[in-house]
Amino acid sequence: MELLMQQPFYKRLNLGDWLFALFIAVVTGYTFSLYGAKMDYYEDLILLGSGAGIVALGWFWGSWRWFFPLAGAMSLLAIELYDHNLARATESFGLKFLLSSQSSFMWMCTLFFLATAVYWTGLLSRSALLNRIGSGLTWAAAAFALAGLFTRWYESYLIAPDVGRIPVSNLYEVFILFCLITALMYLYYEAKFAARQLGAFVLLVITAAVGFILWYTFDRQAHTIQPLIPALQSWWMKIHVPANFVGYGAFALSAMLGVAQLLSRRGILTDKLPKVEVIDEMMYKAISVGFLFFTIATILGAMWAADAWGGYWSWDPKETWALIVWLNYAAWLHVRLVKGWRGEPLAWWAVIGLLVTTFAFIGVNMFLSGLHSYGSL
Amino acid sequence: MKSQKKPASPGYRLYELLSSMRFAIGLLTILSIASVIGTVLKQNEAYPNYAFEFGQFWFKAFEYLGLYDVYHSAWFLTILAFLVISTTLCIVRNGPAFLRDMKGFREKAAEGSLKAMKHSRELAVQLDEAQAVALIQQRGMRYKRSERDDGSIVLAAKKGSGSKLGYFFAHIAMVVICIGGLMDGNLPLKIGELTGSIVPETRELPQGQIPPQSRLGENNLSFRGSVTVVENKSADVIFLNSGKGYLVQELPFIVTLKKFHVDYYSNGMPKLFASDIVVTDKASGKETPATVKVNHPLIVDGVAIYQASFGDGGSPLELKAWNLAQPQSPASEIKGVSLNSQPLRVNGQDYQLEFGDLRVFNIENMGKRDAEGKTLQQRMHDVREVKQDTKNLKNVGPSITYKLRDSHGQAREFHHYMAPMEQEGALYQIAGVRSEVAQPFQYLRIPLDDELKIDSFMRLQAALKNPALYDEIARRTTAKAMKGAAISPAMEKQFGDSVKWILARFGEGGFVALEKFLDARVPADKRQAIAQTYIKILQGAVIDVMAVAQEKAGLKPWPQDEKHYRFLLDGLVTVSAFNDYSAPLYLELQGFDQIQSSGLQMTRSPGKNLVYLGSLMLVIGIILMFYVREVRLWLVLRAGSVRVAMSSNRHNRDLDEDFDKIVGALNPQAGEA
Repeated sequence: MELLMQQPFYKRLNLGDWLFALFIAVVTGYTFSLYGAKMDYYEDLILLGSGAGIVALGWFWGSWRWFFPLAGAMSLLAIELYDHNLARATESFGLKFLLSSQSSFMWMCTLFFLATAVYWTGLLSRSALLNRIGSGLTWAAAAFALAGLFTRWYESYLIAPDVGRIPVSNLYEVFILFCLITALMYLYYEAKFAARQLGAFVLLVITAAVGFILWYTFDRQAHTIQPLIPALQSWWMKIHVPANFVGYGAFALSAMLGVAQLLSRRGILTDKLPKVEVIDEMMYKAISVGFLFFTIATILGAMWAADAWGGYWSWDPKETWALIVWLNYAAWLHVRLVKGWRGEPLAWWAVIGLLVTTFAFIGVNMFLSGLHSYGSL
Repeated sequence: MKSQKKPASPGYRLYELLSSMRFAIGLLTILSIASVIGTVLKQNEAYPNYAFEFGQFWFKAFEYLGLYDVYHSAWFLTILAFLVISTTLCIVRNGPAFLRDMKGFREKAAEGSLKAMKHSRELAVQLDEAQAVALIQQRGMRYKRSERDDGSIVLAAKKGSGSKLGYFFAHIAMVVICIGGLMDGNLPLKIGELTGSIVPETRELPQGQIPPQSRLGENNLSFRGSVTVVENKSADVIFLNSGKGYLVQELPFIVTLKKFHVDYYSNGMPKLFASDIVVTDKASGKETPATVKVNHPLIVDGVAIYQASFGDGGSPLELKAWNLAQPQSPASEIKGVSLNSQPLRVNGQDYQLEFGDLRVFNIENMGKRDAEGKTLQQRMHDVREVKQDTKNLKNVGPSITYKLRDSHGQAREFHHYMAPMEQEGALYQIAGVRSEVAQPFQYLRIPLDDELKIDSFMRLQAALKNPALYDEIARRTTAKAMKGAAISPAMEKQFGDSVKWILARFGEGGFVALEKFLDARVPADKRQAIAQTYIKILQGAVIDVMAVAQEKAGLKPWPQDEKHYRFLLDGLVTVSAFNDYSAPLYLELQGFDQIQSSGLQMTRSPGKNLVYLGSLMLVIGIILMFYVREVRLWLVLRAGSVRVAMSSNRHNRDLDEDFDKIVGALNPQAGEA
């Protein structure tokens, strides 16, 4: 009978959960004791909310409990090495080759490439060990991405106090965010469904993003930190952009799972991939969480637009394409949940969904004119 | 609902169609495709632009289809209306059954249907009721008890009814959002325009003269328009775009712009756009001072005031007019106001001088893309550096544009900068000209003298174009050539004539005139050599031109050094280029008194809160639908056996696990059966 005990969640928490919560509470408290005097009411709330959010995520997902502190420690070390002096980025060995935001991102790129190669080798040779290594490399890449973003945030303040801002404000930064979120979501599902073989497919879309980041960095010098123009000086940005990228990441993930499923159904790699039903369910889970966050992000975007553009909805090309993406996945979920569709048609639809999403994400900025153009190529 | 005994009536079939899933999916698809049109075709542009772009035929066709304002066209609104109807009917159709389902426990479920469930098993164990209830309650489920005729006890349990609630939330949310959007839409205006009670104004009229049928009263529920206010001026109306024309919306208050601010970061990027305004209520006279910034609107009387744009508001200008047609006559002072026109008489001809924008800050990208020509290692080094400002933005100072229109209505447009600009180590004044708006400006750079003025250049130009001075110039140039033994005494006369002749050609038409002569008179194989000689002579003579010009003006002679020689060579190029400037006047911006204007957008959107409420419901609905799992469990207790049956709104792996757990717990031996 004990097995059946399904208690309220707080009774299900174990010692590890409580220790993690305690740890985050102490860190939050320490942060407050350091900077509380300079923070206003909103910032107090944001700090408290961030702490609570990190704890909640740690309770929900065990791996977060070591991942977040690791990335945090890496960026704290970088901050320590900077010692309030931006010039140290090229002087300090640790910063120059490891922990300055640009070095972190270059490591991220390298590790994602390696992970892709290892996952593919693991998939083709059916080596569980290689797949585990692929997983590890992906984790490491994600840690560099998150730590790099934190460090970049700090570096922006070193450039000049009025330049300082959260690094989610241009195309370069959001691509890194995209890689980070897609990788983390994949790692969550990989563990949950014991489906490491799928890393080969999911890492492909991340690799494509990494390729773009490299081109954008070397050819366009897009990595330089620029201050925020007035239109972006809003705290809505801090929640609108990450929420959106949970959506984009989830949709990209589902599309790659769709590809895997389609191949498997055609007899390609069938014996090496997980069962199609498992892939199908992962795809559904990814789209449903993506849809939720995309909905929230679009609503947040509307609320921001009401503050910045004079209306919560103006049929700006970006808004319109967000609606199209939303309608697309709404239709997808309806036919799955109500009509009971499964398998191939939905897999195709998820792949096409990524094309629509990609256009909404990048195409609108490149080809259409509108107010919402945070980065041009 | 699915069973139909007799053929359904047409009305019912329509109801079925409209509330059906495939109809809704069809609508979603059509709505998506229709939405694309408005993102590809730029919306709400001025109509002449469309006519120009598409030609008359397609312009008319697209206008008929409402493609210039897709999202407010009748057909688009019809699609949206159908979506609302479809969603509403879907709720009406499925709602009652869902509600029943949420309330009910299905404790009367027949043995056959329980047996037919995918998760169902008869276990040969004795379970008394108390144990069964405990099992149900431990799982956080609610239950209902029922006894069958055969004496067996049915415990029907469930949890997660919120999932169904999510359906209601999400679908009602869509209707709420659409209604909110409709309240803020311009449907009343469209209806007014159709019935003729509202007529958009297409003429450019002073605000006070706009007729009443183009004006909307203060009590208009919802609007979105904008107005440009000049510093220390006020506005009490805004203008709404409406198809071919515009409408005037009366405001319940007066907005006065005190000051407009722009701040820049150290790298030249804009940091702040803000307007200091005072809002005076028309009824009470109450004044509200406030600063409106991008992202920080001011809300007064339910009207939100936004910082939307900024520009020149008509600034007094001081200019110096250099007479290019008669370079010998002295420069004169002209006063004007930017964005305004004034008549101007030059050399007996009448012109209209039309000033455009005064731009005090001109942020230009001075850097060139520096990625080229670097080794990968260098680039790696660059990308590791966290540096700012590779874009190399620079403020190059104030500029003014103006048009000079002659009596035939022909105009040339000019774009003049005020501050010296450095190019390749020397300082210049930059001036642009074009004859058609679609063309880019052609810029010429006027070298600046030691006082950073263009006066010396103008003196040089006047002297070059003054035949009366050619004798003296030729005499000096020849003497210099003789002294340097560059020519023989026999050639003295011929050389002097050449100098005069070259000066005359150059004075008439610059290098182009010399080139034309060469093309017409000199065989092709000798042109190159002769052109070289001409240029050499000109470059030697220009020193004497300047010396004569200085003497004539009663000024000190110039020192003969590299810097000044470069000025003279630049001067020759610019004098030649001035032939394409084709204007009787050169207006040099000397000073200004900046008066700015601020574009304020104002909206009243009563549906906003409804839309937000709908959005909140939507999010709650989605969370409930996806993350609350409805699980039902039946335990049929009989003597010596128990039937376990489970169902969920979605079949997934969780249900398999739950079922196995329960079965395993009740009967460990049955696990592998």
